[in-house]
Amino acid sequence: MTDPVSGSYAPALADGEPVLALRGVSKRFGAVQALTDVELEVHTGEVLALVGDNGAGKSTLVKSIAGVHTIDDGQIEWEGRPVSIHRPQDSQHLGIATVYQDLALADNLDVVANLFLGRELTTHGTLDEVAMEKRAQELLDTLSIRIPSVRIPVASLSGGQRQVVAIARSLIGDPKVVILDEPTAALGVEQTAQVLDLVERLRARDLGVILISHNMVDVAAVADTVAVLRLGRNNGTFPMRGTTQETIIAAITGATDNAVTRRAARATGPRPEGEA
Amino acid sequence: MSTPPTNPSGSPDPSDPLSGFNPLEPPPGLDPMPSAAIAPPVDPRLLVRQEGLRGYVDEFKRKVRGGELGSLPVVIGLIIIWLIFSLQNSQYFSAANAEFIVYYMVGLGMLATGLVFVLLLGEIDLSVGSVSGLAAAIYAVLSVEHNWNAWLAVIVTLLAGAAIGGTQGWIFAKIGVPAFVVTLAGFLAWQGVMLWLLGSTGTINLEPKALNALFSGNSYFLGGDIAGAYILAGIAVVGFGASGFLEQRRRKAAGVPARPTGELVARTVVLAIGAFLVAWILNRASGVPNNAVIFLALLVICDFVLRRTTYGRKVFAVGGNIEASRRAGISVPMVRISVYAISGTFAALGGLAIAATTNAAGQAGADPNNLMMAIAAAVIGGTSLFGGRGRVWSALLGILVIESINAGLFMLGLTLDIQYMITGGVLLAAVVVDSLSRRTQKSSGRA
Ligand SMILES: Nc1ncnc2c1ncn2[C@@H]1O[C@H](COP(=O)(O)OP(=O)(O)O)[C@@H](O)[C@H]1O
Ligand SMILES: [Mg+2]
Repeated sequence: MTDPVSGSYAPALADGEPVLALRGVSKRFGAVQALTDVELEVHTGEVLALVGDNGAGKSTLVKSIAGVHTIDDGQIEWEGRPVSIHRPQDSQHLGIATVYQDLALADNLDVVANLFLGRELTTHGTLDEVAMEKRAQELLDTLSIRIPSVRIPVASLSGGQRQVVAIARSLIGDPKVVILDEPTAALGVEQTAQVLDLVERLRARDLGVILISHNMVDVAAVADTVAVLRLGRNNGTFPMRGTTQETIIAAITGATDNAVTRRAARATGPRPEGEA
Repeated sequence: MSTPPTNPSGSPDPSDPLSGFNPLEPPPGLDPMPSAAIAPPVDPRLLVRQEGLRGYVDEFKRKVRGGELGSLPVVIGLIIIWLIFSLQNSQYFSAANAEFIVYYMVGLGMLATGLVFVLLLGEIDLSVGSVSGLAAAIYAVLSVEHNWNAWLAVIVTLLAGAAIGGTQGWIFAKIGVPAFVVTLAGFLAWQGVMLWLLGSTGTINLEPKALNALFSGNSYFLGGDIAGAYILAGIAVVGFGASGFLEQRRRKAAGVPARPTGELVARTVVLAIGAFLVAWILNRASGVPNNAVIFLALLVICDFVLRRTTYGRKVFAVGGNIEASRRAGISVPMVRISVYAISGTFAALGGLAIAATTNAAGQAGADPNNLMMAIAAAVIGGTSLFGGRGRVWSALLGILVIESINAGLFMLGLTLDIQYMITGGVLLAAVVVDSLSRRTQKSSGRA
């Protein structure tokens, strides 16, 4: 089994270079050192789960890749070349699409307008609504996404439908890597299944997917590789196959003993308060 | 369920949601995942509208329940207002009065049009009344006191309006002062500048030149020729009908849902009846005032910009969700600055139109009542105070309501005190309707 702390591990699905790699990335907010020397590799056709406790720095890491924050130290490599990402557009132009934890949809606009927001199709300088509607419908169909109508305001969709629209929106620019920050956090069982289905379809299209999740069940269902962040540092990268949940939980909580022994102890002794 | 091999205790702890976790098996909750290969059956909740009258009625009911009232309350309100005043005074329902309303609505209507842009962002511009007064003063000083070419003076005045609005927008967007405060400062400051420009006399009489001539009370389309009004109505109907059918054809060719032909015909016929009726009425007076023609043309252009261009899409997006807009790569500060510049330009244009009604730029030009009327018009017409919802046509509908009330009160000889109270009441009613409809939309998941 891999050593959870060293983080040395070659992903099972990898053949060749990672499409996106982080080398020694650090980010600081005033007194908070949110990220320290973080390493990460994503390959095409791979679902990389990024897990960690609240405040571990997952969202910060995502926002650094997406160009919302600029990194203080370290390097981001895209297809083997070092790149600098200062604005969201830089990240988009490389081919990285991000679906944020706080949904970035305009409730007053309809599905088509949201899908194409910021990169509308035009003819003679005016919006080409017909072409956008047609492409929107085609995209939603290939992803087997079902929504009442592409012409109703996003506000009237359910949570799962909105999440699916947000993910579909990230695919409009034909990205190579899609980052999903807690896509199932607020969803029920059926809606979660919809989103996880969609994640699998993204992998089938040979995209690299970074999936941030709190939910180990979700992670187990779709991830190929799990990277653990703890207090802003790497705390192990594991292949999903052949790694036990306990190993991952131990890496998340930073337990020196592992969760297996904790559970064994719990079965006999009194249950400690505030367990993760 | 089989005991997970990794669980040495042998008995899954039911209170632990992660127990029973096995990376090699799909988790139990996700077991019956629909396969991607089989397209799921069409969702029975799909909003497919039936064709024909039945479908119309159903959709209408759905919209009203969802709080999407559109222009319906205004149109009903307008009819009630006309009925009440007509019963009070038989002169009210006359061509002359219609002409009066159409002519006097233009200045404030232009202020309201600029305000629609600002309201779409979910912001407010309290300076438009003062800017309109200042613009009239600038134009008067340049064209009368300095003898500038009248058209050049018009252009400089409009640019001044844009610069004033843009500056206020810049302070709001870049420095982060709330728009309410910036434009409240503008409300006072620009009025001060106007008084200073007008000097001791306080009034400068204008000559009927350039735009001022077109805005004046005896300037009619095609010189008031009967054909003029009908030509305008014809252009509106043909333009509306043709664009509807062209869009239907493009949509059908692309295989996306299109409006049924019956509906297009019905809409065009309704517009034709309305347009030719108005033309007929105005022709019984003196024809269509040129200021109204310019106002309508500007509304058509603004409607096009807001609904058919990427710029308009940005305005709606920023009004709906600032963070989403930013992440979509929209420059939120540029949208804000430009929208305030548009508002300032329309305020200046409205100021010229208001000054033309009296052929003078005077201290009354910056009447604070103008500001309230313009805001009221935009909101009464159906543009939401909460941002992201509205159309420029609400400036027209709203100002029609306000001027219809003003004309009626004027005819009944009611004094200013009553006028203010009634207009204030109408504004309050419009805001209440707006807030209630937003609440309904929230509870039915539409806001
Ligand atoms: N914009 C910010 N300003 C200051 N501190 C921040 C900011 N964003 C995140 N942090 C801090 O960085 C740490 C990591 O946060 P975050 O990346 O959101 O964690 P996670 O998504 O893993 O729960 C937290 O301590 C958080 O308070
Ligand atoms: Mg987070």
